[in-house]
Amino acid sequence: MYRYDHIDQQIIDERVAQYRDQITRHLAGELSADELRPLRLQNGLYIQRHGPMLRIAIPYGMLSSVQLRKLAEISRRFDRGVGHFTTRQNLQLNWPQLEQSPEILAELASVEMHAIQTSGNCVRNITTDHFAGSAADELADPRPYCELLRQWSTFHPEFAFLPRKFKIAVNAAATDRAVIQAHDIGLDLVLDDAGEVSFRVFVGGGLGRTPMLGKLIRDRLPRRHLLSYLEAILRVYNRYGRRDNIYKARIKILVQALGIEQFAREVDAEWSYLRDGPSTVPDAEFARIAQHFTPPPRETLPRDDELHSARVAADKAFAHWVRRCVHAHKTPGYAAVTLSLKAAGTAPGDITEQQMLAVADLADRFSFGELRISHEQNVVLADVRLRDLHEVWQIARRHRLATANIGLLTDMICCPGGDLCALANARSVPIADAVQQKFDDLDYLYDIGEISLNISGCMNSCGHHHVANIGILGVDKNNEEWYQITVGGQQGNAAAIGKVIGPSFYAQEVPEVIEALITVYLENRSDSERFIDTWQRLGLDPFKARAYAGRDRRRSATVDHSERKVVNA
Amino acid sequence: MPKIIRHDRIVDDGWQLRVLAADETPETISLPSAPTLLPLTVWLARRDELLARNEPLGVWLDSHEGPEALAGDLEHFAVIAVNFPKFTDGRSYSSARLLRERHGYQGEIRAIGDVLQDQLFYMRRCGIDAYVLRADKDIEQALAGLRVFSESYQTAVDQPQPLFRRRVAEPRA
Repeated sequence: MYRYDHIDQQIIDERVAQYRDQITRHLAGELSADELRPLRLQNGLYIQRHGPMLRIAIPYGMLSSVQLRKLAEISRRFDRGVGHFTTRQNLQLNWPQLEQSPEILAELASVEMHAIQTSGNCVRNITTDHFAGSAADELADPRPYCELLRQWSTFHPEFAFLPRKFKIAVNAAATDRAVIQAHDIGLDLVLDDAGEVSFRVFVGGGLGRTPMLGKLIRDRLPRRHLLSYLEAILRVYNRYGRRDNIYKARIKILVQALGIEQFAREVDAEWSYLRDGPSTVPDAEFARIAQHFTPPPRETLPRDDELHSARVAADKAFAHWVRRCVHAHKTPGYAAVTLSLKAAGTAPGDITEQQMLAVADLADRFSFGELRISHEQNVVLADVRLRDLHEVWQIARRHRLATANIGLLTDMICCPGGDLCALANARSVPIADAVQQKFDDLDYLYDIGEISLNISGCMNSCGHHHVANIGILGVDKNNEEWYQITVGGQQGNAAAIGKVIGPSFYAQEVPEVIEALITVYLENRSDSERFIDTWQRLGLDPFKARAYAGRDRRRSATVDHSERKVVNA
Repeated sequence: MPKIIRHDRIVDDGWQLRVLAADETPETISLPSAPTLLPLTVWLARRDELLARNEPLGVWLDSHEGPEALAGDLEHFAVIAVNFPKFTDGRSYSSARLLRERHGYQGEIRAIGDVLQDQLFYMRRCGIDAYVLRADKDIEQALAGLRVFSESYQTAVDQPQPLFRRRVAEPRA
């Protein structure tokens, strides 16, 4: 993975000093709360319902075991021994103290980590495929491009105060696992016949209040132009994006207002000045970064491992885990492993200090000391030998990291919600918990098969509910928690935004409604159909009819869009 | 005399800032005799008259006013100010870069408005070289804001070569 040189380290260290000085001035009364807010947000520090929350950057989801041990130590010394992985592949601590936050950043800097631009109206953490470098369907490793973008976006002087937050994701595989079309900019790596790397550039995607899929703005952007072209997009957005209404400030609204053709012309006009300028990236720089991502020293192994196959045949529980949590690898004899953070009774994406230490040990013993965080809020060991899978499983099971539910209903994406987040309109973790309890039978889950269920506690859509087969959105009506349900969203190459099925539900109704939707699927599916396929074939009506059967919906039926604060706190 | 930061030092400065009141129009205000930063609208309405006076000229751009409106006239200005109505309004960073990098403006670019210590580093990178710190802030202390980072990754006005063109290969540890 990428290792800092002395300049990278110096920049991070200077950031710690800058932030420490800002907090000191704030505590001395020289920097008001309003003046500090954008500064602390650009260091990941929110003020939440119960106190501060610190969002630590995990660039494109890559972590070393050393870094994870440091995160465990930080969570023990400065928090309550629990972290929460997010859909931007970051880690949130929910109980740090403002006064200690500079010390936490200093500790992070000691292992080449930071919390830079994990919030604020700036370019956020770059995300990508959590199987990068190991995926069997990968065209090229996306991480060097992510690292290039990380450096370019870090303290970009022109784009630190954009109209609104700005999210970039990179896909470099046949199957998009980074939801690139749900991003302000999505980059899709393509190879031409000569093996030259270029990008299909999507712009104007995003979830939140007005969910939209990104639109293709450039079909083949040679990689050397990546930065200058992105600067052109960002400059057009910085100058002309709306700043009068926070709900209309994302780039998607500008793209929609101008139309993609006109927006593209504005970008091209800007790019005509920047193209081939100093931001043009020479091959030598790509090579310099790429050498940080050379494959680990994997062994030459046969494609199949007899011992492993025998264990799968002999042990049903192990076989289930292999089926759900073990993924194809580009190197024979190896696999990628997802350690599920979706065990029943725990908040999705939460990881304890002890689990962090266990995962770090697993990474050291079985996966070259590296691991990744998925945007689905799980942990991935990317390079495990097939013959080691059984031992990995046994250890993971002891630490409640081996729930065999990846890609199934209980592998929910879920934001922290109203229990912790000051922005939330409703709680989300109790809903996830209720769904887990309702669907606690693994055989039933396997029968239902592949499905995604995501939960967001407010319109900000941190839980990606719009791109789930079943999405749950917490809404506030007259200070009561209600839940709006969407169906038909999906991520991947056929990314789609789900449709609202109708009036929202009480919290206690949600598990029953999910079950009703599932039942329609189970009753109507053909042999090979997933939930999403049956939905697309049958359409809304049968699902809607079952969901509302016997429910009195004479009360106010529409979603109340009156917001409290749906903005950065 | 009011103090501003110019080229990393605190100096006395005599330029006045002229803002139009609601009932004033660019065509009819009386033009000041002292060196004054005029609204863009006044410059556009009274260009010939101002040029004929043969006095140092200054103008200020609000954050929604791009530098394109001045592109043909840059040689006339001793100072172009860019306004930050709120420090979280980042449009004037783009304006400053465009003035320097696209239009080749060599004179002073001055940050006015909600100008605070913690944004000075970014402002300087974008080509702003004078800063009217918000009046309630300590200008001596704010100087530190210009020197927060010793290196930067991107191309900008202060360092046109991005770091990747300047890095010396280090042996990997």
